[in-house]
Formats: sequence, C-alpha cells, structure tokens
Amino acid sequence: MSEKQNKNVTVRVQKIKKNHIKQKLAFFLILAIGLVVLAVFSEHLCPYDPYAQDLASALQPPSLQHPMGTDTYGRDMLSRVISGARASIFSTFILVAVISVLGTAVGVCCGYFGGAADAVMMRISDVCLAFPGLVFAMAIAAILGGGIQNAVIALAVVSWPKYSRIARGQTLALKEEPYIHAAILAGDSSGQIMLRHILPNMLGPVLVTAMLDIGTMMMELAGLSFLGLGAQIPMAEWGSMMSSGRSMIQTYPWVVLSPGIAIFISVAIFNLLGDTVRDYLDPKNSRS
Amino acid sequence: MRKYAFRRLLQLIPILFAITFLSYGMMRIAGSDVVTQKMENTGQILSEDKLNAAREQLGLDKPFLTQYFVWLGKLLHGDMGNSYVSSLPVFDTFISKLPATLLLTVTSILLTIIISIPLGILSAVKQNTIMDYLIRLCSFIGNSLPNFFVSLLLMYFLAIRLRIFPVIAKEVSLKSVAMPAITLAIAMSAKYLRQVRATVLDELSKDYVAGAKARGVKFSVTLWKSIMKASLVTIITLLMLSVGNLLGGTAIVESIFMWDGVGKMAVDAISMRDYPIIQAYVMWMAIIYVVVNLLTDLSYRFLDPRIRLGGVKQ
Repeated sequence: MSEKQNKNVTVRVQKIKKNHIKQKLAFFLILAIGLVVLAVFSEHLCPYDPYAQDLASALQPPSLQHPMGTDTYGRDMLSRVISGARASIFSTFILVAVISVLGTAVGVCCGYFGGAADAVMMRISDVCLAFPGLVFAMAIAAILGGGIQNAVIALAVVSWPKYSRIARGQTLALKEEPYIHAAILAGDSSGQIMLRHILPNMLGPVLVTAMLDIGTMMMELAGLSFLGLGAQIPMAEWGSMMSSGRSMIQTYPWVVLSPGIAIFISVAIFNLLGDTVRDYLDPKNSRS
Repeated sequence: MRKYAFRRLLQLIPILFAITFLSYGMMRIAGSDVVTQKMENTGQILSEDKLNAAREQLGLDKPFLTQYFVWLGKLLHGDMGNSYVSSLPVFDTFISKLPATLLLTVTSILLTIIISIPLGILSAVKQNTIMDYLIRLCSFIGNSLPNFFVSLLLMYFLAIRLRIFPVIAKEVSLKSVAMPAITLAIAMSAKYLRQVRATVLDELSKDYVAGAKARGVKFSVTLWKSIMKASLVTIITLLMLSVGNLLGGTAIVESIFMWDGVGKMAVDAISMRDYPIIQAYVMWMAIIYVVVNLLTDLSYRFLDPRIRLGGVKQ
C-alpha cells in the first residue's frame, strides 16, 4: 500500500469516527431535550395532582392505576416524580448557567488584566475552595431559609472558582498569541479583545466542564434537599422525596426507588451527553 | 524545598483569618442562635428575660465584631472555647470525633485502591473488549448514582435483607464502618477507574512501550516497572484530593449511617448554631486544603524530578 493510500484510509477512519460521534451526540441531545421538555410540561403530563392527598389509597404498591405506587399520603408517585423533574432539572440548569458565565467572566478578566485585582480574586477563590463545599452551602441555606433557590445560590458560591481557574489559565495562554498582539496594535479595546478574540477561543473547555457539571450539580442539589436544606417538604423534589421515604425502604421500597431511579436516569443522560460533547470537541477526533 | 513548603504554609494564615471571619459572619446573619434552637428543640417556651440571660452568659448579646475578636483572642492563647450545646471544650470534642473519620477515610481509600487500580489497568490493557465495556459500564453507573441513593440501597440489601452489617453504626468498629466505606468507595472508584484507564492508555501509546516490546521485554514487566510508575502521578494526586475531602467528613454519608465523625459533628453544629464547633470545623477544613495541596505539589516533585517547585507563577 502506498503512503497516499494509507493516508486516505486514516482520513476515512477519522471521518467514520467523527460521524459516529455526531450520531451519538444527536441521540443524547434528543434524550436530554426530552427530559427538559418533560420538565417544562410536567404540570400537564402528570396523570394525577402531585399534591393531592388521598389517605385511603396510601402506600399502595405499583399497579396499573399508579405505575410507581403511592406514598404515605396517598399521593401518586409517578406524578410526583414527573413534577420533581421540574425542580431538579431547572434548578440545575440555572445553577450551571450562572456559575459558568460568572466564573468564566471573572477568570477572563483576571487572566487578561492580571495585577492586584487578579491576586485578590484568586485569593478569594482560594477561600471559597478551602471552605467545606457542602457545609458552606448548608450555612447559606440556613441563612436564607430552606427552599430550592437558596440551595442553588449556596452551591453557586462554592462552585464558581472552578470555572474562573479554567478561564484564567486559558486566557493567560491565549494572551501571548500573535493575533492578540495584532488586535492590540490595531487599536481594539480590552473589552473587544476579551469578547471577540479570547472568549470564543476558550469556549470549548468551559462548555465541556459545564456539560459534565450538570450531572454532578444535579446530585449535589438533590443531596442538599435530602439533608433538608434545599426543597421544602410538600414540594415534589427527588432528593427530599427520598429523604422523607427513607425510613420506609424496608416495607415500601418504591417510595425511595422511584425518585432514586429518576435521579439516576437524568444524571446518566446528562453525563453521557457531556462525555459525547467532550469527544466531539476533542481535537484528536476532528483532524481531517 | 523546605523554604518552599514554609512559604506555602504561611499562606494558611490569611486564609484562616478570612475563612473564620466569613463563617462567623454568616452564622450571625443566619438569624437564629443556639438559645432559640435549644428552646425550639426542647419545646419549652421561656420568657424573653431568661433567653437574654442565656445569651448574655454565652456572650451572644455583644456586637458581632466584638464576639469575633474575643473568640480570636482566646484562640491565639490556645483556647478554642466550649461548645454552646454540650459545654465541653471544643478541642476535646473535635479530637474525639477524629478517629471515626480517620477510620472511614482509611478504609474507603483502601477499598478504592483495591477496586480501581487493577480494574482500570485491566480495562486499558484489554481496550475495546467485552471486559473493557463491562468495567466502563460499572464505572459509569457508579458515577451517576448520588451517594445518598447508594447508602439507602446498601442499607436495604446488605443490612435489612442480608443482615450482614448493622443498619446504624452503634460503635466505631470494622463491621460498622463497612457500609459507609463501601458507599464512598463506589463513587470514588468509579471516578478513579476512568482516570487510571486514561492514564494507562496514554502511556501504552508511547514509544518506549513499543521499544520494550521490540527488545523482547515481557509485557508484564513493562506494565509493572514502567507504565505503573508513570501512572502513579495521576493516581497519587487524585488520592490526595480524596483524602482531603474524606478527612473533612462526608456530611451526607456520615449522617445517614449515624457515623459519629467530623462531618456529622459539623451538620449537627450548624443546625444548632453551635458557633465554636463550627469555627473549629471550618479551620480544620482550611488546614486540610492547604496541606493537601502542598503535599500534592511536593509529591509531583518527588515522583517526577522534571517538575521544579515554584518555578512557574501560580
């Protein structure tokens, strides 16, 4: 086989690989969008009212009428799990969006300007990182009172430094590229350079981190609710549903298993999506 | 080397100041205090005078800054104060919780090493075989399960159904540490497996592996003598970071299994607004963070002499 043929084969293999990743990406994207749609229309998709109590039919095992059984107050588990999707998925999206945007903005500014502001911001992020994550979150939730939005704020405060560190490192590397020097010579303002030249070139790593963070953050939010610091009691949220059912795991396992499996499936879908996005953006797979 | 370590440890001082001040401030804004919490817990209604007298006794009536500096002054004299709830010295309380957390840390780390390193290497060496897919599937499942769900599943299967382990840890023993340790090890192994696999795959593709093969060196020798050594840097870094996390006590897992360690102490102290205990916990976490980061950097240097300490800014 000549060298040229050999090269053709490698290119084709890479193309096939790339196509395969594209298909995977489309598949997981559809699944993820499906979950989000479920969360948006959760109110209309519930077969029963997730908050309607019916003590006569409390703690029924899964049946055709109640596919996931009912809980202590006779509320339909399936409806509660569907309605819980809203709390979990939406809060996670807002959380990840806020920390990735703010963290990146801080990181880019620190990396670009350097100096005293940079040193101060990095020390602040040191303090945030040195602070016990979950406990920091618990303290904030305790200050602001329970409620899922406070759990989101709490987790945001402890998780933003990750993004600013990534963005700062990328900016420091990009800053020395000739095209940035050219832009400075051409008279672009600092803001323009950061927005037009630096930001687009570092979106990849930030995007991958954010995608992979969705699953983790979903679990942490549910963990806070499980400890009673996130969503409050009547609200249908997966973590708090598991917490209130934990004493019944022996006799009525579906009360714990249904929300648990719901968390597992959603986290799994977003993790798979994150992995595929990473593979897709990996330069090793796009050389053609 | 020693100078570098000393300089890094000096960073601890501003971090400790910032963190203790921050947590003091946050607890103050939290509104409720230990007196109110105690009254709510016991269900007694006490007169406002009695509550104020109790606050005065603890010094909670003073302005926030005064309280912080009184606490700080005592701390600098080596006195961490007494717990508001149990009235026992904070330092003694903290030390008494440490063995449980240490035992949990050691067992879960050992379990993680036993599970993740052999499986990670196996999965890399047998890349794209059924074995590899199976191992990766397990790692993926472990990565997507929240630890409170794993705890409850283990409790259900191992404690309630099979009755191998006690449901709740009554004392600190090897038998009662098993379930919390397995819970933590599942999540950590899932994460480590991927890292070990990626590192070993990376090493396998390097020229020296092919060179060794061409010279007729047995693959097992290359694997243990060269590849393992090169992969150690990644594995050790991960281990260090996990040890740091675990030493801080894992709030959720310790609470679920009623494991009487540092994490549970922190959760209890926060819910009771027991400031002195919270301060001790927060300081402990800051010390772990700085020391673990320092040890990680030093171990890089030890394992890979090419890395120079403090050569690169940040």
